[in-house]
Amino acid sequence: MLSVNRYKCGYCGACVGVCPAAALELVETWIEVSSDDCTGCGRCTRICPLGALELVKEAEAET
Amino acid sequence: MKCDLVVVGAGPAGSMTAKVAAEAGLDVVMLEKRQEIGDPVRCAEGVSKAALKKLVEPDPSWISADVKGARIRAPDGTEIVISEDRAGAEVGYVLERKVFDRALAQRAAEAGAKVMVKTRALCLLWEKGVPAGVSAAFVGENLKIEAPLVIGADGVESKVGRWAGIDTALKPKDIETCAQFLVQDDGIDDDYCEFYLGNEIAPGGYVWSFPKGHSLANVGIGVLGSKADSGTPIRLLRKFMKTNFPDGKVLEMMAGGVPVSGPIEATVADGVILVGDAARQSDPITGGGIINGMRAGVMAGEIAADLVPKGELDRKALSVYEKRWRETIGKSITRNFGVKEFFVDLTDDDLNSLIHSLDGVNVAELDLKGLLKVLVRQNPKLLLKLRHLIV
Repeated sequence: MLSVNRYKCGYCGACVGVCPAAALELVETWIEVSSDDCTGCGRCTRICPLGALELVKEAEAET
Repeated sequence: MKCDLVVVGAGPAGSMTAKVAAEAGLDVVMLEKRQEIGDPVRCAEGVSKAALKKLVEPDPSWISADVKGARIRAPDGTEIVISEDRAGAEVGYVLERKVFDRALAQRAAEAGAKVMVKTRALCLLWEKGVPAGVSAAFVGENLKIEAPLVIGADGVESKVGRWAGIDTALKPKDIETCAQFLVQDDGIDDDYCEFYLGNEIAPGGYVWSFPKGHSLANVGIGVLGSKADSGTPIRLLRKFMKTNFPDGKVLEMMAGGVPVSGPIEATVADGVILVGDAARQSDPITGGGIINGMRAGVMAGEIAADLVPKGELDRKALSVYEKRWRETIGKSITRNFGVKEFFVDLTDDDLNSLIHSLDGVNVAELDLKGLLKVLVRQNPKLLLKLRHLIV
């Protein structure tokens, strides 16, 4: 699943613009991820100018 | 709440739409999801002086610098200067977007538009299968805003188009991923915009330094999405700073995504019009989006003022907007998309020889189109594929 490092994120919305599943939303100073819609394609992780997005395994995400 | 027109997003495109429509007598509501209009900035802030003056009277409160020209530096360090020394010349402004965006929203408000900040559109309202306004969160409270026409001026992260069934998702090759610092450095030239080219410096993009006055500059980078990996822009920008402004002090940090897709298939749907970055109307070569967005906003505002009273707001009726922007700003967007598609694959050797070819050529008083013409003339073989675009 997609993990957003909010300490790195510059809340620019580039990831939202490239998400093919419309699973992301920029809300003022943070990115919201709809885990129901996210397909884990990783397009947003490569586009993030600040490297704030990462695909992580489910188990890691919960810890 | 009911109104004639709801505008989602209070950037330059949204504010111009709201202003023009309100001036023509429509009851307009403009939503801005942020609590402050114009902040945070996601822009290098450069704009053509002549083009801007046609849209709004310049105000010193939102002009950071009035530049004399531009320098373009090839990967090998060769520099060309595009300058204008003649009296009365028009080159460019570097804006203070935080003030500029709010000033435009203020004009929309003065024209009668209702402006709502910290109000985020959540989805379209539908009535008998057609959009009939938006559902929004106003400071966290749900609010329905009924309107026969919705303007999506919601930027690179636009949702309005997607809700209406227009696929505006950008492919990696159709977005520049950007990072920028506001830098203080005594070495900054307050009079020139600078562009640095090279596949090591900025793959499929460029580094810019746009002066903001008093030895400040927006130093930023755009990297083509298909040539980027996680965090590439910020990493390359830090590297550039180390080499070029080792003592530069960073006063602000910004990030952003700039659409460089060229015109998308549709920018209207039943009851919906897209303007500005939401309509992917930014220039694919320069990345500039302010002027195109404002011009599209004026067109959308005029068309809304004409069609809302008539109740003719289906996709077919709104196609007058498609036609109008594609025949005006769309022409240069289309051309520059073709040029960009070619340029992003040039090697550093190609870029060097292009810049060298301008040695001794008078490049004063040239705009981008003029510069491309000269390049094609000087490099007929290398730029053979561009000949049909540049006539």
